[in-house]
Amino acid sequence: MTTVLRPHAEDLYAEELAVLAKDDDRPRPPGWRLSPWAVTTYILGDGDQITPKYIGPRRIVEVAVATLATDRALLLLGVPGTAKTWLSEHLAAAVSGDSTLLVQGTAGTAEEAIRYGWNYARLLSEGPSRGAMTPSPVMRAMAEGRLARVEELTRMPSDVQDALITVLSEKTLPIPELNEEVQAAKGFNVIATANDRDRGVNDLSSALRRRFNTVVLPVPASAEEEVEIVSRRVAQLGRSLELPETPAGMEEIRRVVTVFRELRSGVTSDGRTKVKSPSGTLSTAEAISVVTSGIALAAHFGDGVLRPADIAGGIVGAVIQDPVADRVVWQEYLEAVVRDRDDWRDFYRACRDAG
Amino acid sequence: MRAEVAAPSILGVRHHGPGSAKAVRAELERLRPDVVLIEGPPEADPLVALAGDPEMEPPVALLAHAQGRAAFWPFAVFSPEWQAIAYAREAGVEVRFCDLPAAHSLALPEEEGEEHARLDPIGELARAAGYDDPERWWDDVVEHRGETGTLHAVAEAMAALREGHEPTGTEALREAAMRRALRNALKDGFGSVAVVCGAWHVPALTHLPPAAQDERLLRGIPKVKVDMTWVPWTHGRLAARSGYGAGVASPGWYDHLFSAPDRPVERWLAGAAAVLREEGLPVSSAHVIESVRLAQGLAGLRGRPLAGLSEVTEAARAVLCEGDDLPVELIQRRMVVGERLGGVPGSTPMVPLQRHLREEQRRLRLKPEALAREHDLDLRKPLDLGRSRLLHRLNMIGVPWGTTRQTRGKGTFRESWTLEWRPEFDVALIEAAPWGVTVDDAAAARAGELAAREDASLADLTSLVERCLLADLTAALPGILQAIKDKAALDGQVSHLMAALPALVRAQRYGDVRGTGGLAAITDSLLARICAGLAPALTGLDDDSARQMTGLIDGVHSAVGLLGSDLWQATLANLARRTGLPGIIEGRIVRILFDADASVDDVSVRMARAMSSGNPPERAAAWMEGFLSGGGLLLVHDPRLLAIVDGWLTGLPPVAFVDVLPLLRRTFGAFAPPERRMIGDRVRSGAPVPAREASDADEEQAAGAVRTVLEILGRA
Repeated sequence: MTTVLRPHAEDLYAEELAVLAKDDDRPRPPGWRLSPWAVTTYILGDGDQITPKYIGPRRIVEVAVATLATDRALLLLGVPGTAKTWLSEHLAAAVSGDSTLLVQGTAGTAEEAIRYGWNYARLLSEGPSRGAMTPSPVMRAMAEGRLARVEELTRMPSDVQDALITVLSEKTLPIPELNEEVQAAKGFNVIATANDRDRGVNDLSSALRRRFNTVVLPVPASAEEEVEIVSRRVAQLGRSLELPETPAGMEEIRRVVTVFRELRSGVTSDGRTKVKSPSGTLSTAEAISVVTSGIALAAHFGDGVLRPADIAGGIVGAVIQDPVADRVVWQEYLEAVVRDRDDWRDFYRACRDAG
Repeated sequence: MRAEVAAPSILGVRHHGPGSAKAVRAELERLRPDVVLIEGPPEADPLVALAGDPEMEPPVALLAHAQGRAAFWPFAVFSPEWQAIAYAREAGVEVRFCDLPAAHSLALPEEEGEEHARLDPIGELARAAGYDDPERWWDDVVEHRGETGTLHAVAEAMAALREGHEPTGTEALREAAMRRALRNALKDGFGSVAVVCGAWHVPALTHLPPAAQDERLLRGIPKVKVDMTWVPWTHGRLAARSGYGAGVASPGWYDHLFSAPDRPVERWLAGAAAVLREEGLPVSSAHVIESVRLAQGLAGLRGRPLAGLSEVTEAARAVLCEGDDLPVELIQRRMVVGERLGGVPGSTPMVPLQRHLREEQRRLRLKPEALAREHDLDLRKPLDLGRSRLLHRLNMIGVPWGTTRQTRGKGTFRESWTLEWRPEFDVALIEAAPWGVTVDDAAAARAGELAAREDASLADLTSLVERCLLADLTAALPGILQAIKDKAALDGQVSHLMAALPALVRAQRYGDVRGTGGLAAITDSLLARICAGLAPALTGLDDDSARQMTGLIDGVHSAVGLLGSDLWQATLANLARRTGLPGIIEGRIVRILFDADASVDDVSVRMARAMSSGNPPERAAAWMEGFLSGGGLLLVHDPRLLAIVDGWLTGLPPVAFVDVLPLLRRTFGAFAPPERRMIGDRVRSGAPVPAREASDADEEQAAGAVRTVLEILGRA
């Protein structure tokens, strides 16, 4: 077991990647570690040696992989917590064997993060040279023919976004200071993720937009699918955080997923009662973190079994983002829906105590 | 004619499969048969020649019609059967239909739960091979192999699929009929015979058993008289799984596959881009290039030799539509299904009613179209008036080609229609044929028939009057009016009379213009009956019927407003003095009187009495509900009304106020939130505004305007 808190996908699943690479006799696009078909299998699993990484419609993964195989960039859109980053990391790990060439988009992201910066000490002593440059992840990806990842593309300022246009259309990065350029090696491409809800923050210019193929990641289609995602991820996280073994308590996971789905869709699972939706997104990712922290609570402070009291605090925290409006929503939901469910007594009491 | 007799060639096809259509065409050109037998009703043999008419435009269908039952054999341009007909026409050889005659199939009881494999055996094979789209499988497995005689391979597969299957019921009869037709063709001396039929039937036709066996099977089966004709068909009907649909999921795509000369994927995506541009979405040629590349990449990833519908759809979604599902739906609707309405030539056999409708359509310049289209008619123009009448008449005979929508503009001279032609209207027209040879005659006859029905209620009849006036069926009116008079005299239920009155009054407003006398006399007598019978009808009502009665009273009241009658007013005033009325009705009546200017004191006294603690709370609540029904807006805008309610409320002692609070909440809770807020503002802003004093207007100057307004209101 490594000492790293969260190993990269290519390290964590090195064995699976090796197995796939060994048996993969299909044509590989230049610069790819695996054939597109094997990448798809790596992401979706084969029900045997390869575990599924993304649980969702097959066509989404196929379109994403086929996009990367052409020289178009891939834009993953979705509400928060729909596994955009997760999918992009695994795609990069499977295609280039390296998911670390990452640019995080924030309001303060500068152009250097996309192009290159300078090591000023060397710049002063040596003058402009390749040695005095500090290449950005995108520049390294171009030079090495790998996938670069851009997270939260729409959070970057528009002028920084537009630095990507030359990279994506000309596949080259000019360095005017040296009168040189870095041309992308075969295998280079970009996976960007953007948040559906943030579309308005720094919307992509249409020039940039049309260099991307867009894939919208949906929220899980059914409760069963979501329970499957949550329990699988919780087990993985538990292992890497080295939490004491705790029976994962499908009962409680199902409960968390049910609460989240009902509040998200605004109607109870039997379709009979309307409920108000809180301001938070209540994504699958949040459900995963609620269950994980519940397990930590149960393991360290409880009796080692995941109980309603362990998850109640997490749920209340996830639902109540706006202290006034969301609290009303949550109280209504508790009194109108949770209280009437016979086998939810303990949970109801725990939530009353927590919130 | 050749001397030697070759074995007949049986070409098994997938119905409505473009791949099959191409293969059949090629095979027929190779075989050059002397006669082509096609799976279809033999009664249609004389109609085949019409298929060559330049006005004939697929999708069309053969319609067999007998005694209220109908059956269709739809053909699109990509149907193998249609291509076989086209080949035969061009090669100048005879075409015969070889299925069980429609005279029999329409007489046999309908069979439920047909086996899937028989309906779409090629689809079944494709599913077995792991394909979701049978055409994909056909393309991948059959077409792209590039071998000749692919149809023989299909026949062999069918033989395997049918092993051990013993046809029963209709299927056995149909196959016997096909064999009989085949034997007849051979007997008639045709040298080489080609049969185009569903792949499923191929094994049954390859080996001919003794004729006597089939003859025995076909002897004595029931028979009816059948009329056959061509009717226009739509792609949407081909797509529908139920009813008369053929279950082709993507007729537009198939049509494209069949008719695109080359590069189907490129042409399709360019077409999709054009559709999106039409809707104002910016789609460049670069988008199309990238989407083609993505479609091909996807096909490669999925191990398919050529991109199919699912690949081009995904590519369109990811590139052209930038991940947005709405434009994808647009492509789905416009292209994948691709609403298209076929056409049949004028020389097609038609019932006189159909022919008349075609003439009317031409005269009024209304073209039948499969996509719903909206028409705004201005009834002051003769052309639009004619259109409106035609559509109303068609509705009368059960052909709802147009449905009325809420008009946007004000005024009674405007009508908005949504027009959508559906193929089954032709059946409805044929069924309506006995009523008359023109649309007007048929509609009038139909209206007369409806009026003469024993079970027609009074409200039905009066709404029929309205419909007749809209459709300008004056010939039918006297009969209906007579029926109303008879019914009203016999009907003891005041509520029925009340339900009938409003439509009649509305009709009278139109009717007077159109010179239909007699209506006024009927409304008068109807109103008299209502006034006489209203008081006894209001006693002993439970909550629901009281609520219903309130609605009826409202309806009659607004109708009487158009008519102007003192009798009604007096009746209500009398009623208001009675005790023991249900709360909601009394509240309503008091309100009506109040609106008609009863004295304010009187009303406030009544309100206080109705809301006092002597009454059970439910009654008080119902009273308030009746009094204030019609929305809170009136309370905002009628200071008198607000003053009354406000005065009563503020005058309540504290204890009584607490008692009535729940009742008030119930009534006010029914108002929309903005109305409630406005009422609150109005009350908060101080004393309610007193009604404006009558200003000293110059009556002489105003006289002209007043007269005009009164005329518009119908009270002149």
